[in-house]
Amino acid sequence: MQKYSVFSLIKNAFSDHQNWEVAWKDPTPKSEYDVVIIGGGGHGLASAYYLAKEHKITNVAVIEKGWIGGGNVGRNTTIIRSNFMYDANARFNEFGMDLWRNLSQELNFNVMFSPRGIINLAHSDAQMNAYARRGNSMRLNGIDAKLLNRDEVKKLIPMADFSDEVRFPIFGGLMQPSAGTARHDGVAWGYARQADSMGVDIIQHCEVEGFDVEGGKIKGVRTSKGVIKAKKVGLCVAGSTNILAEKLNMTLPIETHLLQACVSEPVKPVLDGVVTFGAGHFYISQSDKGEMVMGGDLDGYNSYAQRGNLPTIQHVLTGGLALFPFLSRLKMLRTWGGIMDMSMDGSPIIDKTHIEGLYLNCGWCYGGFKSTPVSGWTFAHTIAQDRLHELNADLTLNRFSNGYLLDEKGLGTKTWIS
Amino acid sequence: MLHINCPFCGLRAQKEFAYGGDATVKRPELNKEVSKEEWDNFVYMRKSPRGKHIELWHHISGCRQWFKVQRDTATHEIFKTAKMSEEIK
Repeated sequence: MQKYSVFSLIKNAFSDHQNWEVAWKDPTPKSEYDVVIIGGGGHGLASAYYLAKEHKITNVAVIEKGWIGGGNVGRNTTIIRSNFMYDANARFNEFGMDLWRNLSQELNFNVMFSPRGIINLAHSDAQMNAYARRGNSMRLNGIDAKLLNRDEVKKLIPMADFSDEVRFPIFGGLMQPSAGTARHDGVAWGYARQADSMGVDIIQHCEVEGFDVEGGKIKGVRTSKGVIKAKKVGLCVAGSTNILAEKLNMTLPIETHLLQACVSEPVKPVLDGVVTFGAGHFYISQSDKGEMVMGGDLDGYNSYAQRGNLPTIQHVLTGGLALFPFLSRLKMLRTWGGIMDMSMDGSPIIDKTHIEGLYLNCGWCYGGFKSTPVSGWTFAHTIAQDRLHELNADLTLNRFSNGYLLDEKGLGTKTWIS
Repeated sequence: MLHINCPFCGLRAQKEFAYGGDATVKRPELNKEVSKEEWDNFVYMRKSPRGKHIELWHHISGCRQWFKVQRDTATHEIFKTAKMSEEIK
């Protein structure tokens, strides 16, 4: 594979950029693979990449019913963070932060990782106390956390409403300075290109129609491009997990819900970093192009429609306006929706299943993008070694029946009501 | 915007309602030995089909009654609504 560099850029300029190699091939599926990963999103592609790189398993296919990067990895608000209180989630995502920091160099692809910080705002004394506790928990796990008072917040986000008339005055906030954003498509493309160069087959427009299971062991998948035999199969299809689980007669602790996001027209730089509103559910950052990128609540009922309803967007932006009144003068460029695996405690599942050779990576709720590298890293380990890594040792399927929930937000089983 | 036909008040906008989850989940019977697996299924396990789904809604800004709705989770088409005591087939 050709390396992207300033020299390759100059060299290709002489031929009007007509002779760049393709970033990844478009192969016809082989009849058999060592590992088939279902789902060509960020997590699936990262899993294939780390299988090849860390475990030297290159006879791998990633199959995707649409096109790679067309699902949730292209439909999120690009936020990267590890501001978790529970050890399992904190350690897992902080390992991911280390992978993010090096990702552009490792993939030879600019994923535009930008550690611009995230601030979770507090609007009461009780919330300040809760954030102090969360910050201390984070620091115990080696994650940078800073408790900010009102004046410190004002310095960082002067555009927020600090007047006396507001319903929810800003008391302060919790900041993770090393958090940030990345170019979501770039992440998918970078992983796809490197995985492909190491021999992984990326098969697009190939839908899974069923599974071949014999004697409790996975034998392969039936797809729209024929039967593909596989020694091991990894399910990595956030949003569609329940559809595939139904084909396997499995019931999971997951409901599928819709989450919307939106961007405004681009404006000059006004917001440095990511800000979340603590009195409602609203988060915002400014893209490198200048658009305000915003999101918030789920639509609130089971949904597979990749488009949302206006009442939720109105509700989310009401929160947004309470925090940043200047948003009312911006035109909305576009809104979109993605379908989420809402797990029953709000934390993901990366585990083996009762079927030998079948592995599960699901339940990302609305926070899957930030975990793309570490999800791929641990899932590849779980598939290659047929056992959990210590980082995903707690992200098991049976934690619900055993009572070891990772209920970060304390929302119980109704994670979609927030 | 969904328009939901409340069996008590008639057709109203989605904004008046709150969602209550899968209506087909049955609580294990009272005063009987309940296994760990039965509790697990009742509390956590969900089918979440793509297509027809029977679910609970609460007319929170209206009559405040709970009722059942049969809706398509992919197209949002609503086929039927019914009182809690009625069955949707």
